[in-house]
Amino acid sequence: MKTRDATRFAFDALRGYRTRTLLMLLAMSIGVASVLVLTSLGEAARRYVTGEFASLGTNLIIVLPGKSETTGGGSPNLLGGTTRDLTLNDALAVSRSSLINHMAPLIIGSAPVSVRNLQRDVMVVGTTSSLLDVRQWHLGKGQFLPETDIDRASFVTVLGSTLKQELFGAKNALGEWVRIGDRRFRVVGIMAAQGRSFDIDVENVAFVPVASAQMLFNTQSLFRILLDTRSRESIPRAIEHIRRTLRERHQGEEDVTIITQDAVLATFDKILRALTLTVAGIAAISLAVAGILIMNVMLVAVSQRTTEIGLLKALGAPRRQIIRLIMTEAALLSSMGAGLGLLVGQIGSNLIGYFYPALPLGAPWWAFVAAIGVALGTGLLFSLLPARRAAQLDPVQALARR
Amino acid sequence: MIQLTDIQRDFQVGDQQVHALRDINLQVAAGEYISIMGPSGSGKSTLLNMIGLLDQPTAGHYQLDGQDVTTLSDEQQARTRREKIGFVFQFFHLVPRLTAAQNIALPLVLAGMSEKERNKKVTQALTQMGIADRAEHRPDQLSGGQRQRVAIARATVIGPAVLLADEPTGNLDSASGIEVVKILEQLNTNGLTLLVVTHDEALGKRARRRIHMKDGLIEHDTLQNHPSLANP
Ligand SMILES: Nc1ncnc2c1ncn2[C@@H]1O[C@H](COP(=O)(O)OP(=O)(O)O)[C@@H](O)[C@H]1O
Ligand SMILES: [Mg+2]
Repeated sequence: MKTRDATRFAFDALRGYRTRTLLMLLAMSIGVASVLVLTSLGEAARRYVTGEFASLGTNLIIVLPGKSETTGGGSPNLLGGTTRDLTLNDALAVSRSSLINHMAPLIIGSAPVSVRNLQRDVMVVGTTSSLLDVRQWHLGKGQFLPETDIDRASFVTVLGSTLKQELFGAKNALGEWVRIGDRRFRVVGIMAAQGRSFDIDVENVAFVPVASAQMLFNTQSLFRILLDTRSRESIPRAIEHIRRTLRERHQGEEDVTIITQDAVLATFDKILRALTLTVAGIAAISLAVAGILIMNVMLVAVSQRTTEIGLLKALGAPRRQIIRLIMTEAALLSSMGAGLGLLVGQIGSNLIGYFYPALPLGAPWWAFVAAIGVALGTGLLFSLLPARRAAQLDPVQALARR
Repeated sequence: MIQLTDIQRDFQVGDQQVHALRDINLQVAAGEYISIMGPSGSGKSTLLNMIGLLDQPTAGHYQLDGQDVTTLSDEQQARTRREKIGFVFQFFHLVPRLTAAQNIALPLVLAGMSEKERNKKVTQALTQMGIADRAEHRPDQLSGGQRQRVAIARATVIGPAVLLADEPTGNLDSASGIEVVKILEQLNTNGLTLLVVTHDEALGKRARRRIHMKDGLIEHDTLQNHPSLANP
């Protein structure tokens, strides 16, 4: 039997049982479409989050007080030591290296910011002029914090764009005084609208010199030290340098955690890829269900067409040929279903993209391969049993029925 | 051409053995016209299916054209069936979704013949059966007689040596029954070996050789020199 004739025969058979064929196509295409839509959603989430992290800035190193358990070594308290605070002197010591490009200490607290009778509770960030370079944020008007000695308090502030709007409206704010906590600060700059940043809401924050923040919050300890290196390649050496310097300053105790943007990014990337795979796996189950449906329907098809199969045998079709005919039917069904599913999946992704334009949608190439592969695979695999059953039919009994 | 030696066919029904064929010895020469008659359940269909290689004997030997065919593989048996044997059934067994022409072409399709060659043969067969104008009709658009003619065309289109017909007129009114029988007899006149199972005495008597079966045995096997042609 020629392949073309076998295909046409199978196609005619499928057309002969329209409802059944349409239902199977539906099941198959839903399976394929859900694999595609779910993986492209997962991928979109991954790209979105990693994109956010990438916006932190390049070659960023973050030092925070306390030893994170995940980096090993156990809890320092159990070993009898205590977690020392990070101080401005620590930060200065660490930044004294050619490996380090910029250093910005961070003290973060919450305080009321007021102008006359208007008051807002916002996040106040104590830092230095280098923060702009490290984080690659942009100033809108005026200047950022002055480049003075790090331990000199001066009462100037830079406001986020939303905060400025809420306190001053359309009026000029530069040179005006605001009250932060129990002190008066002069406004020297306004941040540009930044777009979202995942950790600090730049629009709604007041920046002050780090020494002023120490006074304001009555603390010596830093929340974080942000550093960046001149090149990506020097990050490991810079980390080594930071670790060594702080260990020396902390009586040999390693009580800080050092995070690089790269590591955070890689971790999130891994987690989200695993998530995508999981979701794809769940969707693949629906494909397997479609496969079982195909098996069921093909079994029904075989028993409905018992006489026809008996006839084919009487006309001289060997078992192999019967198997081939049934498998061709299943292959046609699943490939048409897969094709339809690709179409539906694409339409679905486009719809989601239309309503959520921020999501970078798009199924990865392996999702296409997997969806089509699984569709064809399950279709063929699950039609094996019905095909064999058809081939084993006793033609005499098959033809005796009416 | 056909030689059956000590053929037995048993069926297991529950814990009972049914002997459908007990001890069949039969020789058929090429070009013969044989009717097989007998009461219902006497083994006529089983015998025909055996000869058509649709069924396997429990014991005995079957030689077709000098070759022992009971030991052939599935593939070889199918090929023999395709090339040498044609079947005509009481219930026609046409594929309902295919047209008359497509039904007739089926054995040629299974044999892997090209479409062009197929079309030539199918047109020829349709003309020979006098249903050329029904080529594109589906079975449900055809009368019983026309359906059986399509079935005969399908059984003979590949040019087999033997035609096996199991009650070919059993489902037809007498007028179209006679027509169908005449077509079969015409094919026999042209050299086709013809075996017809029937329980219509009149039809049975048209054959030169008549076999009567009872309880899985051949009761009579008579050769008539002057077949009655009372109903021309
Ligand atoms: N597949 C089968 N299973 C069990 N018994 C069968 C089967 N086919 C035929 N028989 C039995 O074999 C005997 C002969 O059947 P059959 O050849 O169909 O008779 P006929 O065609 O002469 O009416 C009957 O008793 C029938 O019941
Ligand atoms: Mg019978």
